[in-house]
Formats: sequence, C-alpha cells, structure tokens
Amino acid sequence: MSATTQAPPAIDRTGGQKMIEVAGVSRRFAKRLDFAGKILAKLGVPLRDEVVHAVDNVDLVIRKGEVVGLVGESGCGKSTLGRMVAGILPPSDGNILWKGRDRTGMGGKDARAAMLQAQMIFQDPMSSLNPRLKVSEIIGEAPLVHGLTKRSDQARYVDEQMRRAGLDPAFKGRYPHQFSGGQRQRIGIARALAVQPEFLVCDESVAALDVSIQAQILNLFMKLRQELDLTYLFISHDLGVVEHLSDRVVIMYLGRVVEEAATETVFARANHPYTQSLLAAVPRIEARKKAFAVVRGEIPSPLNPPAGCHFHPRCPHAFDRCRAEVPALKEVAPGHRSRCHLNDQPGHGGMPV
Amino acid sequence: MEASIPASAAPPTLQVRNLQTSFFTRAGVVRAVNDVSFNVGRGQVLGLVGESGSGKTVTGFSIMRLVDAPGRITGGQILFGGKDLVTTSEEEMRQIRGNRIAMIFQDPMMTLNPVLRIDTQMIETMQAHRSISKDDARQRARDTLGMVGIPSPDERLKSYPHQFSGGMRQRVAIAIALLHEPELIVADEPTTALDVTIQGQILAEVQKLAATTGTSIVWITHDLSVVAGLADDIAVMYAGRIAEYGAVADVLDHPLHPYTVGLLGSVPSRNRRGEPLRQIPGMTPSLMSLPPGCAFQNRCPRSEEVCRQDPPMAEILPAHEARCFRPHLEKAEVAA
Repeated sequence: MSATTQAPPAIDRTGGQKMIEVAGVSRRFAKRLDFAGKILAKLGVPLRDEVVHAVDNVDLVIRKGEVVGLVGESGCGKSTLGRMVAGILPPSDGNILWKGRDRTGMGGKDARAAMLQAQMIFQDPMSSLNPRLKVSEIIGEAPLVHGLTKRSDQARYVDEQMRRAGLDPAFKGRYPHQFSGGQRQRIGIARALAVQPEFLVCDESVAALDVSIQAQILNLFMKLRQELDLTYLFISHDLGVVEHLSDRVVIMYLGRVVEEAATETVFARANHPYTQSLLAAVPRIEARKKAFAVVRGEIPSPLNPPAGCHFHPRCPHAFDRCRAEVPALKEVAPGHRSRCHLNDQPGHGGMPV
Repeated sequence: MEASIPASAAPPTLQVRNLQTSFFTRAGVVRAVNDVSFNVGRGQVLGLVGESGSGKTVTGFSIMRLVDAPGRITGGQILFGGKDLVTTSEEEMRQIRGNRIAMIFQDPMMTLNPVLRIDTQMIETMQAHRSISKDDARQRARDTLGMVGIPSPDERLKSYPHQFSGGMRQRVAIAIALLHEPELIVADEPTTALDVTIQGQILAEVQKLAATTGTSIVWITHDLSVVAGLADDIAVMYAGRIAEYGAVADVLDHPLHPYTVGLLGSVPSRNRRGEPLRQIPGMTPSLMSLPPGCAFQNRCPRSEEVCRQDPPMAEILPAHEARCFRPHLEKAEVAA
C-alpha cells in the first residue's frame, strides 16, 4: 500500500499542496441476513451476508487548485468515493487525509472546520434542497450557524452568494419549486459556496440539465474556480463534460480505479481497454451514419464481480491471466497509471486502439 | 447501409402536416405543438431534437394519438400510409397502435408490467392484434428477444422485468415494439437513462433494424450527438415549433437557425478545453407567455425589429428549412 500511495511526481501539475489524500480506501455495504436467514444458515443452508464492495482499495491524491474528473458507469462506486472524499460517508478501510491530517482523528473544532472546507453539490437539486425553506434560509442558515456572518449582516451575505452563483437576489424570498432546473442547481451551488469552502465535490451536477443550461452551469464552475481558487472533484458519466473541465481524469470500473492520467493523455492515449471502449462508445456530433462501436456484455453485478480483472468478461484482449489475477495499478508513463496485465506483456508498448 | 431500401419511390411512411396540439389548462391554453411538419421515409430515421418543454414528446404522443385531456390535437394532419391519424376513430387507432406504429419510452418500466413475466406480456401483445397460437407467439417472442441481443432468450422469457438490468429492460421494450414488425417506431429518449456502453449497443441494434427491416423511426432526444450518428434527418424543436429541419449533415455542419448554432456551441466537446463554453443566455420561455413573433428572440444574438413578427418556415437552402428572418447564411461560426 505504501508504494502506491506515493503520488508519482509527474502528477504534481500545480506543485500545490495535497488537499485530499485517499489511501487504500474501501467501502463495503452489507445486506445482513434476516432472522429466518440466520436460522437457515445455522442449519447448514449456504446463506451469507451479501456484501457489495462499492469502493475497493482506492488511492487518489487531489492537489490544491486541481480539477479531477472521476468517470465511470452506474454502479462503479464513483458517487460512494465522492461522498467519502466530501466527508459525509466514513470509509470501511483506509484513510482519507485532509491537508495531511486524518479527519477522523481531529478534535471538534478542527473537524468542523475541515468539514466546512469540503462541500458537495448534488445531481438533483430538488431532492437536496429543503422544499419548505425559502432560498434565503437555504443559503443563509449554515454561514450563520458556523459564525461566518452575523444575523445583522445575513441579508447582505446571502445577496452576495446569490449574485456570485448567477441568481437575482430579488428572488430570495421564493421557494425551490418556483425555480427552473438550472436555477435550482445554482441555489445548490450558492449554498455550498456560502460556507467558504476550498474544495467542492460535484456529483453529476449537470447531468439532469438541458445542454444550453448545462453550458451555463459549467461556465459558472470555471468562473468560480478562478475567482475563489477552488479545487474540484468532478464526478460524471459524461466524458465530454469531464474532458472540458478537468486537469486529470480518474476512471473507475466496479469499485476499482482502472486508469488515471492527465486529461490530454486519457483522450489521446488511453491505456486500459475499458477506457478505450468507453471513449469509442461516446456519441460524437462529428459522427455521421456511423456504425456504433459496441462493447460486449453488461456491467457485472457488484454483488458478484468477476474474478481477476473485473473487466475481463467484456474485454476484447482478455487472456488467461486476466481471469485469475487482479492486475495492479501501475505507472505506464510518468503520471499515467493503468490497471491492466497487457502492460506486462513483452513488446506491448502503450496499447494501440 | 441505406442502399437496401429503394429510394423515395413510395410516399413517405409518415407525413406530419401543420400539426397543432394544445393543452387547455385552467391557467390558459398551452400550445405545446404549434404548426409542426415533417416527413419520415421508409427505413429512415428522423431525429427530433429539443430541450425540455420544446414539445418533442407531445409530438410523439400526438402521432400515437396518446394525448390525454386537457390536451387535444387541434389542427393539422398526421398521414400514415395515406391515412390521416387525426381523424381516425379510436377503434381503428387501437388496431394501428402497437401493431403498425409502436412506441418506446424513456423508462422501460412504463411499458412493462412489473407483475407479469416477459413471455406473458409478449404473447398477450401479439394475441391482441392477430390470431396466433400461443406456441407460435412464444416462438416469435423468443426470436425477437434474440434479435435485440438478449442472451439465452429461452430462459429470459420466463423472467420478470425486475430481474433485468436497465439496458436489458430497454431491449425487452424494444423487442415488444418490434413484435408486429411495425412500419413506424416512435422512440422517446430510449437511451437517455442508460450508460454509454449500453447506449452504444442499443443504438447499434436500432441502426441495424432500420436498415434491414425498413422500419421508419422517429427518435426523440435532447442529445444532438446521439442523432448525429443515427439519423438521416434532424428536426430541431424550440417552444413548440420546428426551428430547423434538414438532413443531418446540413443541419449539423451548416446550421441556419441561431438556436441550432447556440445548441451546437454549448456541447463541451466542440469547445476548446478549459475555455468558457459558448452558452445561450437566458432560459427556455414558458409556453404560456411567449413573446409575440419568434419565440427565440429574447435569447438570440441576431434578433432585430423584424423578429417581433412570426417567422415562417422557409426553405432557405435546398431541402434545408428554418424558421428565422436572420438565418446564418454564411458558414456559421461553430468550431468543430
């Protein structure tokens, strides 16, 4: 573990301080046997707790000022990882260091400060905004509680946050349902920014929006990054969005990181067969009457993942070793890590597509 | 790929002429579909593209005659094989719907009954429309499941919808739509909820189908990049009207309407990395309070005095129509 947690120096694009360091983090969700199940198990019926390895031994470093894109299909564990990084879900194993310190070991005041510094923006603002609170209360409550503003100054503070997220402060007396989808997402952003965070986890924050509104929100994210010197973990299934926004891309498949590299590298020289097929499957506007690239098969159930490399049943290059042995996440070029046995094959330099 | 289909000798499978569908709500009349016209030829795929509230789904529902009160088709024609579906009796419509025209919805759980096995549902569908023995129907159901790429169809026939993954469920919904070899399929965002790799698989199947069986498809979506690779023609809808209509290459490579230009500019992959995306300012207007004249004028960088009047749908370039007084006649500035 200690060998993999050391980030290769080439990843250090900004030379910035390590904001988040995820070391060997796993998260399991278990469905325990019910009473009848326990009795049957005692009687020798082969029943066990069902355990999902949502996130399996992930290492990740996010440096100050970086935008890291986290990509994967449904069930790959990207949201679970995002929640752990944001500090709203504890890991089952491993450590998440916030600026070099473990958040679980911090005292009350430090822990609270660290939690405030990392905020999360969700996919569906309707289920993450309290429908019974006015916008001014949604945005203004947390900074007041945490002493970032005084009650006498709260109105002005809320106006400032709303303006920064592109909302008209005149609407602060309204309720979330009176806004359109894009504006609701702006409320979510204003709420996150109101506690002056340094780090934002955006979990599919633009996935539910129309293209023209999505462009507005993405532009807002980029503007805020400049203005407030923010660091982002940007979780998305949309490779186009991630390519546009991120400095570095991390690709997950069934709980494991399969590839990690600078954005240009991933889109120009993807190493892992999964990344390659993902890129090939993305519909492009430039395509005309093309035959759609087809990846065989389905994403396996995380309850019962395939042995060895999780991708081997769908991989066009799979060979015997892939079925037996889990490949390690190895550096294939400076700052470019990939989890594939093919990289150990002699004469196989950087897999051609 | 299209070569197997005889070129436009026969009339188009579907001709929609000046279709108007309105909803008569207590707050007022919402003209969800306002003067929409398009053609879909045999084996052709039309991409009906628009953002939420543009009327693309209501157009699809109108073709199926599935618009419920307070909505009503208030004008125009839907010519399907020469027959006007707008004036067809409900009795006759029942025979056409599901048989000669099928619909695929975004959420396959809307199509599938959760408490019935797949085989029951498929056999029932077939027996509703023609006299066919149960064994023959089962045989046909199995073949169709195989056709849409469901592995071991014999066993899967005995499964319930919840035992399928999202992508597989959508395949079952597509298989049910295909049971009667319909002449037309209306597909309403069928891949929007699916992962990219699964979406790719479904698109490949659909493409193969249109080419081999000659089924015409109206593919409703908000995602321009999906129809770019799939469709023959594109109709871009905005606020209940078609803003631009033409062949895929014409519309995407030389967009005329400023809305299409804006939509294409908003796609992240068409912008330089890290630079601000070219966004369309403002948001889609409410259909209840449209400005007089062009519905896009308040968001349009090219709007002028003349845009306060209603722009007609005009053939600005050969076989390439747009509803705009100030179209981008010069090669529009949309970077690739």
